[in-house]
Amino acid sequence: MDHLTALENKSIFIIREAYYRFKDIAMLWSVGKDSTTLLWLCRKAFFGKIPFPVIHIDTTYKFPEMYKFRDEYAKKWGLDLIVGRNDGQVEAGMGPGKGTKLDCCNELKTNALKQTIAKHGFKALLLGIRRDEHGIRAKERIFSPRDEQFKWNYEDQPAELWDQYRSTVADDNHCRVHPILHMTEMDIWKYVQRENIPISELYLSKEGKRFRSIGCAPCCNPIDSAASSVDEIVTELETTTTSERAGRAQDKEDAYTMQKLRSLGYM
Amino acid sequence: MDERSLHIVIVGHVDHGKSTLVGRLFHDTGSLPAEKMNEIRRACEELGKPFEFAYIMDNFEEERKKGITIDIAHTFFATPKRRYVIIDAPGHKEFLKNMVSGTSQAEAALLLVDISQGIQEQTLRHCFVLSLLGVRQIAVIVNKMDLVGYSKERFDAVSRDAIAALARFNLAPAYIIPISASAGENVAAKSPISSWYEGPTVLEALDSFEPLKVEEKGLRFPVQDVYEVSGKSVPVGRVEAGRLKPGQEVVVYPGKTKTRITCVMKFMEEGMTEAGTGECVGITAEAALKRGDILADTEPAFITSSVRANIFWMVDQDYRLGLPMVFKCATQEAIGRIDKIYKRFDPATEKTEDDLTVIKPAEVAEVEITLDGMVAIDSFSEIPELGRFVLEHAGTPVAGGIII
Repeated sequence: MDHLTALENKSIFIIREAYYRFKDIAMLWSVGKDSTTLLWLCRKAFFGKIPFPVIHIDTTYKFPEMYKFRDEYAKKWGLDLIVGRNDGQVEAGMGPGKGTKLDCCNELKTNALKQTIAKHGFKALLLGIRRDEHGIRAKERIFSPRDEQFKWNYEDQPAELWDQYRSTVADDNHCRVHPILHMTEMDIWKYVQRENIPISELYLSKEGKRFRSIGCAPCCNPIDSAASSVDEIVTELETTTTSERAGRAQDKEDAYTMQKLRSLGYM
Repeated sequence: MDERSLHIVIVGHVDHGKSTLVGRLFHDTGSLPAEKMNEIRRACEELGKPFEFAYIMDNFEEERKKGITIDIAHTFFATPKRRYVIIDAPGHKEFLKNMVSGTSQAEAALLLVDISQGIQEQTLRHCFVLSLLGVRQIAVIVNKMDLVGYSKERFDAVSRDAIAALARFNLAPAYIIPISASAGENVAAKSPISSWYEGPTVLEALDSFEPLKVEEKGLRFPVQDVYEVSGKSVPVGRVEAGRLKPGQEVVVYPGKTKTRITCVMKFMEEGMTEAGTGECVGITAEAALKRGDILADTEPAFITSSVRANIFWMVDQDYRLGLPMVFKCATQEAIGRIDKIYKRFDPATEKTEDDLTVIKPAEVAEVEITLDGMVAIDSFSEIPELGRFVLEHAGTPVAGGIII
């Protein structure tokens, strides 16, 4: 079995295992390349019709291209789309210019997610995070419980042997499931290339610049690049020496911002 | 490089240099982005420490402040030959469940031994876990050679001890390599200082390992779930061994009823004629199926409600005879309890204990598990996917097991 097919089979096995365990499950779709790949894998796992809702956490600061892409494919793929927003904070003016990045991410992403989960009573979430994105994410389990406060007890994670995932969540608020944890950035692009998965135009070079990682517009910086197609992105990544999230502001405030964000329930 | 990645676990006693070795390997093969190096430099400055290679793997604030590894980290790198997933395991006894989790994903291992300390308690415990989980490709890495002036005599002595330690668990090292992870000697490049050493570097040793081959075996298709697709009932699952074909006659275990596969399918792939080991597919069959059914074309080794196995106890609480647990093997689940403990021991000392009513943390036991239903299982050495299981108590995995 070739490399990409092996990765795909692992993901589909995890997605199906999560759906068997949790009927109150939803998928988080940021509209970026990773969660769009996850969405594609879910379509494959369920023969084209995803049997659970897809949540987009809307900070209101996303790129216009992202909203357009979201609505186009939600319709095309028949998704049960839930848009989650922390309206109280949005109305109070929370934004990247107010407070720290940690506060803004925590309110507009993590707390928006908390509200959405509480409202719909989800017991599990599929997330498109990857181990190679960040050293903290390299430590994640595939099935990762979160408590009432959404805390990730990273100092005492449950054992996870072979493909046996932890089954019950008696005291947990919900379980995070990570079906593409084992894929790298390059794997994602090669899989996007092989499967012809649609991705946001923000990833493709315009006037010498493109985004390598997308999120909220004020906190994402484009990179210098001439790669204007998926093929060219694959070629570019084979020679690059910078990291994927170099353009993401929230990772850099201090060395452990990502750990702090994640221990508070961030993705 | 179309081949899938080779998974390598790094094991050994506390502070023998596991995380440092991985950091050094990444650094010397140019696998680290510049920002990661800057991030580590900043973190080291804040803590007032010299540049620390281990921080490439140890990313928790607690890990860096205490200088320990708490949990496994999976990282990725590639040589011109192939891709690797490197799993750095913690060395402390308290974090054994994390080490076992990492090792359960590995096809080969690097076993670190500090030249100035030799074989220690966790070295032995980790050797045992490698042996139990069937990881047979092992390179012993004798680290911190700089502390003994790259002495060949010291290296030879530790090598003899390492061979003896592995032999206790029926293992033999493919290589024994003298290195200094902190100085980068014999990691990615041959060291001129240890000119008496003629074997491979760590990098060359990795490239010489082989991925586990998929062998031709009888079909094992555990049903994972049943979906409705276009009005039809479609059982789904992963082929754990053998091949699955339309038209094939199979037996559904543990009930032993016969059925015929009428179709094998994937989304957006028309006319599949076969699914091989490792493939996730949907099927249609003449009989109604449910999760936990095992479709097979050769008879599994045991159709039973009584499982004889070696288990390793991973949590801090003791097991007391009779406590109910959930037995999980492939997609099969049953409530069960250990009714008999034949023997139990700590692999670090190998001393067998007399009290056979209890199993203590980090111990291994040979047991008989009685289940409240039938399961279809194989011995681990024949079909590993159906020969290994997890025991859960109150939703937490408490032990892993290997069917003898």
